[in-house]
Amino acid sequence: MSSQTANFKGGVHPLEGKELTSGKELRIAPLFDKYVVPIRQSIGAPPTLTVKKGDVVKKGQRIAEPGGFVSVPLHSPACGTVGDVVEIIGVTGAPEQAVEILSDGTDEWDTSLAPIPNWADTEKEILKKRILDAGIVGMGGAAFPTHVKLSPPPEKNIDTLIINGAECEPFLTADHRLMLDRTEEVLTGVAIAAKILKADRVFIGVEDNKMDAVEKLSAAAGKYRIRVVPLHVKYPQGAEKQLIYALTRRQVLEGGLPMDVGCVVMNTGTAAAVHDAVVLGHPLIERITTVTGTPVVDPANYLARIGTPIARLLELSSGVKENPAKVIMGGPMMGFAQSNTDIPIMKNSSGVLLMAPDEVEQFEGNPCIRCSRCVKACPMNLLVPTLSVMVEAEEFEMAEQNYVMDCVECGTCAYICPAKRPLVQHFRRAKGEILARRRKK
Amino acid sequence: MDTIILSIVVVAVTGMVLGICIAVAAKKFAVELDPRIDDVAGMLPGANCGGCGFAGCSDLAKNIVEGNAPANKCPVCTPEAVARIAKYLGQKVEESEKKVAVVLCSGTLSHSKMGAKYNGVLDCRSAVQLNGGAKDCRFGCIGFGSCARACKFGAIEVIDGLAVVHPEICVGCGQCAEVCPRKLIKLVPASAPVHIYCNSLEKPALRMKKCTGSCIACRKCVKAEPDKFNVQGFMVRVVYTNPPDESVIEKAQCPRKCLLTPEQHLQAVRDGVKKKEGAA
Amino acid sequence: MEEKKNIKMPLPGSLVISSSPHLHEKSTVSGIMLQVLLCLLPAVLAAIWFFGLPALKVMVLCMACCMLLEYLWCRLMKTPNTIWDYSAAVTGLILALNLPSHAQWWLCVVGSFVAIIVAKEVFGGLGQNPFNPAAVGRVALLVGFTGPMTTRWVDPTPGALLGAFDAQTCATPLTLAKTAAGNADKMAEVPLSYLDYFLGNMGGSLGETSALALLIGAVGLFAFRLIKWEIPFAILGTVTVFTWIVHVVSPALTPDPLFHLLTGGVMIGAFFMATDMVTSPLTRRGCLLFGAGIGVITCVIRIWGGFPEGMSFAIVIMNALVPLIDRLCYKRPFGWVHSHGGVK
Repeated sequence: MSSQTANFKGGVHPLEGKELTSGKELRIAPLFDKYVVPIRQSIGAPPTLTVKKGDVVKKGQRIAEPGGFVSVPLHSPACGTVGDVVEIIGVTGAPEQAVEILSDGTDEWDTSLAPIPNWADTEKEILKKRILDAGIVGMGGAAFPTHVKLSPPPEKNIDTLIINGAECEPFLTADHRLMLDRTEEVLTGVAIAAKILKADRVFIGVEDNKMDAVEKLSAAAGKYRIRVVPLHVKYPQGAEKQLIYALTRRQVLEGGLPMDVGCVVMNTGTAAAVHDAVVLGHPLIERITTVTGTPVVDPANYLARIGTPIARLLELSSGVKENPAKVIMGGPMMGFAQSNTDIPIMKNSSGVLLMAPDEVEQFEGNPCIRCSRCVKACPMNLLVPTLSVMVEAEEFEMAEQNYVMDCVECGTCAYICPAKRPLVQHFRRAKGEILARRRKK
Repeated sequence: MDTIILSIVVVAVTGMVLGICIAVAAKKFAVELDPRIDDVAGMLPGANCGGCGFAGCSDLAKNIVEGNAPANKCPVCTPEAVARIAKYLGQKVEESEKKVAVVLCSGTLSHSKMGAKYNGVLDCRSAVQLNGGAKDCRFGCIGFGSCARACKFGAIEVIDGLAVVHPEICVGCGQCAEVCPRKLIKLVPASAPVHIYCNSLEKPALRMKKCTGSCIACRKCVKAEPDKFNVQGFMVRVVYTNPPDESVIEKAQCPRKCLLTPEQHLQAVRDGVKKKEGAA
Repeated sequence: MEEKKNIKMPLPGSLVISSSPHLHEKSTVSGIMLQVLLCLLPAVLAAIWFFGLPALKVMVLCMACCMLLEYLWCRLMKTPNTIWDYSAAVTGLILALNLPSHAQWWLCVVGSFVAIIVAKEVFGGLGQNPFNPAAVGRVALLVGFTGPMTTRWVDPTPGALLGAFDAQTCATPLTLAKTAAGNADKMAEVPLSYLDYFLGNMGGSLGETSALALLIGAVGLFAFRLIKWEIPFAILGTVTVFTWIVHVVSPALTPDPLFHLLTGGVMIGAFFMATDMVTSPLTRRGCLLFGAGIGVITCVIRIWGGFPEGMSFAIVIMNALVPLIDRLCYKRPFGWVHSHGGVK
């Protein structure tokens, strides 16, 4: 690589907003009375609940069995009794099933998963089984089951493991704090994953606005033969295909997966969860989540149990200074706006962002003036103006021929658009319609 | 003078040569077409609404002539037109019942509770991917009029955030039901006089909070005419194979006023608008 | 738990639901248009300096006319009023800069009507117009009112704002070159005072004469990132190369490239008209092709065509080809090409 920091084509530089929380110590959320655990927390088949109302469970006890290969079990976030199965409004607004866990105040781990301290000498199948049993999914956003990622078909030769510590979403600092406060755990998790994959090269990509994390990781990474690579600060640097390109100059072809180019990409949070599952024998029941935004009185990062309603975390942050205009699950570029604060933290919830009314710009749906800023910024190199006009005219077939299915919904185009066109919503609609049509055929 | 004659000759000769080319091509590349297809297409409405499931009227005509579709496949055709097509092709068809679409929801903006402010594309199919719009109810009409835009006949009007079908214009092609992401537009026999205007599957207590026009499954109507209503869980529906007549409205005294004829429903929606304007 | 009661939480029902992203860059359409107007300011000042108050009159009239016509159209069509996105003002000003300084008032009105109503609003308003409105306005006037558009050139009187302004008609350098074409003796008499041409001290349309002012404005356009460099680069480059070849082959036919760059509408066309976002291609390669096409057509019209100047014709012709150029020059999305030889 010629330049000091790795990079990709396109992209934008949104306001970072990370200073609100990046300097603050990680806080551990206390035990709450009630957790609402969504049953479907990963891509793939939803797990089936194995407990019923009134059952007594321990912290970390299995409460649902996987519904297929691409599926993971679910664990109780606390000791107590199982409550009702309720219908909640999911992150995207679609109804979801969730099970209530009523805490009894004690906090004792279920011991069915024994620690494997000598993981270096353990069979990789046992390690993979453990990662499945611990219910680990990609914690960066997509929630893809990690054991599937670590089981590439034998004909795929995986030579590179990439750990995504880019955290290119503005405002979020959960991965940053994780890399600083749990450096050793992250690196151990990475080493376990590298052992399972037998990968020759291991990269940790970190945007160079987190140089403290880069230094701390580099200092400790030597013994595991892991390379920490600073990445140019640009959105969407952490998008899977862009990250692979930035680090290896390999392009994942359309419809392909990272494994097609010999890469596996994992989030730092996932790596830490792998460490916990293998070395400590703890299933994935908690994660670091950023609670931030200018309206929040005391923004911070929390180690919170899965199933904690975001309202509880907001209360820990002393609530809001003024009534926010938006509550967003995730970061400002790809997160989902919520209509209330009852939604629980899930395995892939990297942050809760509140935005003040004066920070919120309205989508106006003005006509496109073809300024082509989106064309320059689109990391997937799509012809956004033409596509958006096609979608507005409901010409979905034409949009499909013009590669709308390649859109990753990163939001770069709508961010840069001076006409404030709701481009991502248009493309999401088109993708939905096209998928529905394909299924019909 | 010479120029004029020359140009006339040139144009005439070019015209003749090209004409001969076209004539030869037409003969050589002629495609045999059943002449009946054009005739049948002429008897179809010609709106190309797609309600039959084929790609427009001429495609349906082709399929009717080839025997792949019955003569009454077109949902828009009047029985007379169907009879004419059948007679022309020497087929026999059973009388098909005319159907109309109905939006089974009472959730106008005055009735439904708004859970959030929506800012985005004003299209139901987009909104359903984005928290389902601003209304709290997850089953009712979103009110951004995807159905109204899909209707080739202009039979759907969005009043006060609720799509309403004008049954006298509706031809029952079903395009609106196809696009509705909430699937609350149903095709019902045009002869059915009353409908229950609610599609919610939620518990009545929750429904009551979210919409003041919702059916609360009190079953007064079921008690009045037991075999003419169908109860599934918390949803009560008219049995359209055996529909009740208008007198059931009197007998049932629906406390939520969602058991109505289409005319009464339209009137109620319009009254809601008037009341709001009066208040403002 | 006591203090919990005082904690303020988000009010239910007050939250906004919208699609991601939730951050937006600050620029707006009206902001972009105002920036364009600002970049046109040097050319406006130069026009007033050289041609005095009549120039100001033409500019004010065209801008007012364009905005008024757009307002009336919106009222008539019952669509939201769009004049405050200032795109009509930009169109009006560029149109004015393309008119002779002593253009009659009705010429301004007709030009504005063609630009705003015929070239823009009937296609659906801002963003939907396939042709650059100002260029269409100018072309329509040039073809429809050739006399008033090509014979009312006035010799510039620098600094004469009010007093001692005696308008003397003169010919533009391009007209001189046109009439001299093919005759080596006459061609030699065409004045080649490049400094005057660069500063704008010559007959011509209001805004196109001063290359200096336009270049200052162009610096602004680049600074605000309003235009793609590929378009002016391709236009100026093609004009230079093309006229240089013709000049070398046959000096009697046309003056040297510098003459062509500095006279007529090449500068304003290359920086302000061809670069119009709505009517230019989206991709980098497309912009190069588009600019090259404009350059060639301009030169062909100037050297062999019936009009002394061909910039606006060239822009309108190439505008028509933009959808085609967009299709031709679009590379495939990321992941569809084996670039950099990186894929193994």
